[in-house]
This record gives sequence, C-alpha cells and structure tokens, in this order.
Amino acid sequence: MNDAIDVEGLRKCYGKVLAVDGVSFRVPAGATVGLLGGNGAGKTTTIAMLLGLLIPTSGRIRVLGHDMATDRFAALARMNFSSPYVALPGKLRVAENLRVYGHLYGVRGLEARIAELAAQLDLGPLLDRPAGSLSAGQKTRVALAKALINRPDLLLLDEPTASLDPDTGDLVRTWLERYRAESGATILLASHNMAEVERLCGHVLMLKAGRIVDQGAPAELLARYGRDDMEAVFLDIARDRRAA
Amino acid sequence: MSAAAAAASGRRVWGMMYRHLALYRRSWPRLLELMYWPVLQMLIWGFTSQFLAQRTGNPVALAGGVLLAGVLLWEVALRGQMGVAVTFLEELWSRNLGHVFVSPIRPWEMVCAMLGMSLARTVISILPTILLAWALYAFNLFSLGPVLVLFMLNLLLMGWWVAFGVTALVLRHGMGAEALAWTLMFALTPFSAVFYPVSVLPAVLRPIALALPSAHVFEGMRAALAHGVIRWDHLAAAFALNAVWMAAAVATFAWQFRVARVRGALLSIGE
Repeated sequence: MNDAIDVEGLRKCYGKVLAVDGVSFRVPAGATVGLLGGNGAGKTTTIAMLLGLLIPTSGRIRVLGHDMATDRFAALARMNFSSPYVALPGKLRVAENLRVYGHLYGVRGLEARIAELAAQLDLGPLLDRPAGSLSAGQKTRVALAKALINRPDLLLLDEPTASLDPDTGDLVRTWLERYRAESGATILLASHNMAEVERLCGHVLMLKAGRIVDQGAPAELLARYGRDDMEAVFLDIARDRRAA
Repeated sequence: MSAAAAAASGRRVWGMMYRHLALYRRSWPRLLELMYWPVLQMLIWGFTSQFLAQRTGNPVALAGGVLLAGVLLWEVALRGQMGVAVTFLEELWSRNLGHVFVSPIRPWEMVCAMLGMSLARTVISILPTILLAWALYAFNLFSLGPVLVLFMLNLLLMGWWVAFGVTALVLRHGMGAEALAWTLMFALTPFSAVFYPVSVLPAVLRPIALALPSAHVFEGMRAALAHGVIRWDHLAAAFALNAVWMAAAVATFAWQFRVARVRGALLSIGE
C-alpha cells in the first residue's frame, strides 16, 4: 500500500530548544492515525512541518508522494488542514470564506460544492453570517467545511473537537468517519480527547519531548499497558510508567 | 508555464483578491477611509494654494498647480504602499496566514494579489481627489500629459517596494513593526522633495533625496508644470532607482518569508 505520509529522521530546533527529535513514521493511504502527546510534545510542530508551514532543521518529509522540501505545492493542492487555533477571517461571511478557499484550491463547480458541504454539515442558515459571529461549535463546522472544500486526499486535523460540547463533538467525529469511508482519504489527527482517538484512529503515535515513545493500534496499546482506556495509557506514558 | 497552470495561478490570485474585495463591498466606512486622507490633504493644500495666490498676487502659484500636483502624486505613493501593507496586515489581524500558506498559493501569487489590491485601493483613493481638485480649484492633473502615467507608475512602484520592506519587517519582528506600515512612507516625505526642489535641502541630505525615485519624479513634475518640458533624465533615474530598490525589497521579503518558515512565525505572528 502507498504511504500518504512518509517521515524520516525529522528534527526541529528553535535555537537551543529541541521541539521534534528524530521522528520517523509512515501513514498508509486511507488510514486514520492519531498523534498523541502532552502539551509541548511536538504534535503541532510536526503537523506544521507536514504542511510546509515550518522548515525542518533536518529530516525528510514526503506527502502523497511529493517531497515537501522541493515540491510542496503539488502536495498542498491535495491536502487540507483544520485547527481551532487558526482562524478564518471573521468579517467575511461563511459562504465568502468557503469561496476564497475554493478559489485557492482550484475547486471546480465551487458553488455546488459549497451547497453540498452546507447541506452535509448543516451550514445553510450560517452561510450569510460573518464567520466571527459564530459559536465555537459553528466555527468548527465551518472550519471542517473549509478543510473539505477540495475533497482532500489527506486531512490534517489539530484538535478538531477542542472546546466543543459532546453533541457537536460527536457530530464532527461521525462526519469524519463518513468522509474517510466514502473518500478513502487519509487522516492524521492530533488530539487530547482519548475517547475520540480510540473511536477514530486505527493507529496511534505517542509523542513525548519531541520523540515517538510508543505506537500501535489502540487495542494493542491498551493490552500492552494493561489498561481499559486510552486516557490511562496516555497517563502511563506521560508519567514514564512502562508498558507491562 | 502551461495555460492550465497560468489559469490556476490566476484563480488563486483572484481568490486572495476576492477575500479583500468582499470586505470593501459591504463596508462603506472602509471605502470612506480610502478617500478620507487624500481628500483632506487636497482640501488643505488647495486652500493654502489659493491663499498664497491671492496674497502674493501671483495666480501662477495656483494655476501652475505645483502644490496640488505634489499632493495628488504623493498620494499615489502613499496609497500604493498602504494598499500592499494593509492587505498583508489584514491576514495577520484575522490570524489567517496559517490557512493561506497551507493552501497551494505560491508566495509570488500572494504578492500579485497584494499588488492588485493596492492598485484597486489607489484608484479608489485618488480618483475622487483628482476630480475634487478639478471641481474646487480648476486644477487638471491630466494637463501634465501622457508623462503623468510615467510619474504615477514610478510612485506606485516606490510605494510597493517600501511596502515589501515593511512586510518583511513585520514578518521578522511581528506586530511590533505594524506601526511602520502607517509611518514609514511619511518619514520619506521630506526627502522626496514633494513641495520644494531638492536644492532647498541641506547639502548633506541631498544624496538621500536623490537616492529616492520620488525626488526625481517631483523634479520632473515641476519641470513639466513650470516649463512644459519632460525631464527624461529624471524619469530614467527614477526607473533605475526603483529597479534597484524593488530588487532589494523583494529579496528581503523572500528571505524573511523563508526565515518565518524556519521560525514558525507564519502560525504565531498574529499573536
């Protein structure tokens, strides 16, 4: 199977601070992989390097077969990204925001695509409202619509359900499952929500201090650490308790 | 570049321009703000010109329109510079750079969108001011003739390279450098010889003035208004200086953009 993401020896230093320390991993096409770790573990830095926003200190990244150091625009056209920490222009209406990104990603039949996403994510009543006036849950749905506007082959999500109520969080997770099943897209998900990771991810990379300290399917990790849920596994790793 | 690639580039440039035009389309205060300063400047200098003409009994001071032409042309540089800088700053204010630069838009396409917006903003700013000068003071800027286009082009180019310098500083130093977007061009006004010849400046400042394209444009403008001659030497100097400054500013912008990608500033710069 082809790898959607192939990372080899990735390092990122900010001055003397080592944020990512020799990370290597592969994400097969069509998989949903979780990137877990505490604050400062290197998740966001890793995602920023995968997106080409950040130049690695060393190492190699291939995304959808393209080397991100030399050919990142070919990959960027086929991927997308959502994070509650990166805003969409608040003064633009929702439809205008989606139109802007539709143009940037060269989406054909843009108005039809916006209508389709609006129907699927229940955005119809929001299309004419300024993005800045929406609630956190509504903003997340709009951000998801933006991230799906180009029907990406690879979706990078940084805490996609942070600050959402359980109902909206479940709606987003259901939608992600549906999109992946229908499109065969690859999803890399950074999250602090362990239940979400167990539900969505077939494989989990555990990051700590910029290194991958463990990885495997959620069921494998649960068995290895002798735990009933991923939260306990996360705490074991965060507190340096060894696997059984 | 293939036709398909060119069309895709054009669409990305349009996407970024649409993002800004949509803001202006619905916001009359934003549109008003574009015209506010140029019109205000025109009123102040227009009445000053009238007063000087009446006081000195020399209508040439008004008819020659040196002050009014200076105001109008300098606004081209000012509005051109702010058009680029504000378009870039809008992305920082809305903390949207992270989304923009993970899309397939190339940095040069982003630059084209900023220049397009600058041109649109400049036209919206200057056109009513030119009409006002004609209506209130019977001053027709177009009486300068076709050379006016070359004057305006040089001043627009100067506004753009100053803006690239400012945006490079913002990329390097964050929002702390934002104030430069509003002030740097004004700091160049005394050296640009907008309202007086370069010879008025102290000898020590003249080399600074002559290193700026604007000083050559305004020397040329005065020659055209007073003597009806086109000073090709000044125009050539202005174009040459613009080429040098533009190359330096674009190189600095590209360098700082790369540095921002090394430092992670594209994600955090709006904070």
